[in-house]
Amino acid sequence: MRKAAASFVAAIVLPLVFRNDGFTNFLADAGAFVLLALGLNIVVGFAGLLDLGYAAFFAIGSYAFAMLASPQFGIHIPFWVLLFVASGIAALFGIILGAPTLRLRGDYLAIVTLGFGEIVPQTFLNLSDWTGGPNGIGSLDQPVFFGLKFGFNALPYYYLILALIAVAILIATNLRESRLGRAWMAIREDELAAAHMGINTTTTKLAAFAIGASFSGLAGCAYASKLQLVSPDQFGFNVSVAVLSMLVLGGMGNIPGVIVGSLVISSLDRLILPQLTNLLHAIHVQVDLTNSRFLIYGVILVLTMLFRPEGLIPSRQRKAELHADADVTSAEQTLYTGAPS
Amino acid sequence: MDVFLQQLVNGISLGGIYALIALGYTMVYGIIELINFAHGDVYTLGTFFSLAILTLLGVTGVVTGPLLIVIVVVTMLGAMIACGLVGVVIERLAYRRLRNAPRLAPLITAIGMSFILENVMQYWRGPSPVPFPDLIPNPDVHLGIVTVATKQILVVVLAVVMMLVLQVFIYRTRLGKAMRATAQDRDAAQLMGIDINTTIALTFLIGSALAGAAGFVSGVYYGSTWFFNGFAAGLKAFTAAVLGGIGNLAGAMLGGFLIGLIEAMTTQLISDQWSNVVVFSVLVLVLIFRPSGLLGESLPAKV
Repeated sequence: MRKAAASFVAAIVLPLVFRNDGFTNFLADAGAFVLLALGLNIVVGFAGLLDLGYAAFFAIGSYAFAMLASPQFGIHIPFWVLLFVASGIAALFGIILGAPTLRLRGDYLAIVTLGFGEIVPQTFLNLSDWTGGPNGIGSLDQPVFFGLKFGFNALPYYYLILALIAVAILIATNLRESRLGRAWMAIREDELAAAHMGINTTTTKLAAFAIGASFSGLAGCAYASKLQLVSPDQFGFNVSVAVLSMLVLGGMGNIPGVIVGSLVISSLDRLILPQLTNLLHAIHVQVDLTNSRFLIYGVILVLTMLFRPEGLIPSRQRKAELHADADVTSAEQTLYTGAPS
Repeated sequence: MDVFLQQLVNGISLGGIYALIALGYTMVYGIIELINFAHGDVYTLGTFFSLAILTLLGVTGVVTGPLLIVIVVVTMLGAMIACGLVGVVIERLAYRRLRNAPRLAPLITAIGMSFILENVMQYWRGPSPVPFPDLIPNPDVHLGIVTVATKQILVVVLAVVMMLVLQVFIYRTRLGKAMRATAQDRDAAQLMGIDINTTIALTFLIGSALAGAAGFVSGVYYGSTWFFNGFAAGLKAFTAAVLGGIGNLAGAMLGGFLIGLIEAMTTQLISDQWSNVVVFSVLVLVLIFRPSGLLGESLPAKV
């Protein structure tokens, strides 16, 4: 708890210390991805449902915001209301996708979510009468806080996203300790056994999908209003995989792990690779490392799954499970204790 | 009506490519229950390998006479061997360690491998589409009101021949029997003296070689490719495998041709912008309503 509070104070002070617009902008974007990672963590980490199309919900949340707060239809609903509306709409689509598909076995579910993740941005691209097609929807409304417009500086957006992250962490932590959270983990460990213990697996999984999707609605509002634009190319498969790599790297199911994983990948992507590229250019090596981000996501996914399937910062429970007994049979191993014993 | 028939021809030849890729998906899924996500990228790699071989041979345009047959065979075999080896290496590096892990773990490494291959191809041939030499002369065959290009015939004949050879291999040879035994029960197969690792590697070799053949054919068929081609094509081929009944070779063939037809008809009747949406919707619907596919038998879940 003390660590969490200290990290938050640090997060608040950070942009004030550096006072660099580019850096603040990076922090705000990284924050939006933390929010996404927290949401996907509920689906993949807590409930163990591999969702490969999470960016679709991010797209739905963002477009919901864009359509209701822009000159596109002349509708201008206040940001704070839309925060609830957009996450509600995203959650609704979580239920619409989940209801027919959650009976499917794990890898089939993964592919269906992947298909959904392809269909949604493509649909937004094609329905150009409503969505502006490839150009997307621009000049979105800025949030207004007690009469103060957020403007174009990233700082207020960063604090907004930070506040949303705090709320998301509170919700996720409480959910994990709740009856629902324990039901998720029971399903993750052994769905059949969970069902026999009287857990309604369908509604429990649906709840994971809906709540996970609602987080991406929050992220969608904040991200879209900061960027002042939504367009279909922001929500491709690579976004879903980026968020998944954050989870895998940090430690699926563990909230601090997920946050660290997402910060590591964001900084790699936005700070470290461009800097390295500049450095290489300075010594006349013409390599653009920023093109290798997908290579890096791929390598992270493969290496983490092979050598440290519990992630950088596994939860205490995972660690205990991993180092408990060597003679765990393959059936007893979960996604997290995945290495062959 | 003639437009419809023409699209039928186009759809079937398009389906031949999907069928070749789907065979690899279905073989790998049949034996280790893994959706080999990198398979679509191995297919694109096949096009790039073919291109490299053609460049090596100095072929840049139409070739005629017996030389054409030699070049087609050499290029395709080369691409098949190269892709087969890539498939074996992928299995060894990314999947073998996780064979007893929960099934989502190798799926995640498969996605990782797919991203790695795509990036490697992007480094190799750049991010924009790369032209492929127009190898095959084009005296179109006119059958009544429809026109069939020579390369369309090539695609379909090749796909059907490959499937027949595969069928004979799997049902008539010792190695094929070993593959079927491994697919049914890995532990029991091992107790009977079957080398599991070799058998699974062989499955990857054959499946990826078929993807390599598909890669060559698609290069000839479309006249260009780019590093990201395999993502959508792989997903469509996977849809084909699921539609036909995953693990079932004839099903993969049937599914491939059906998906090709669906795509061609969507392009004709609605617009090509929607063809991906329609194909993926088919995938979702099949998985929901008939997860065992058209030709697959429904098996009780292994507990």
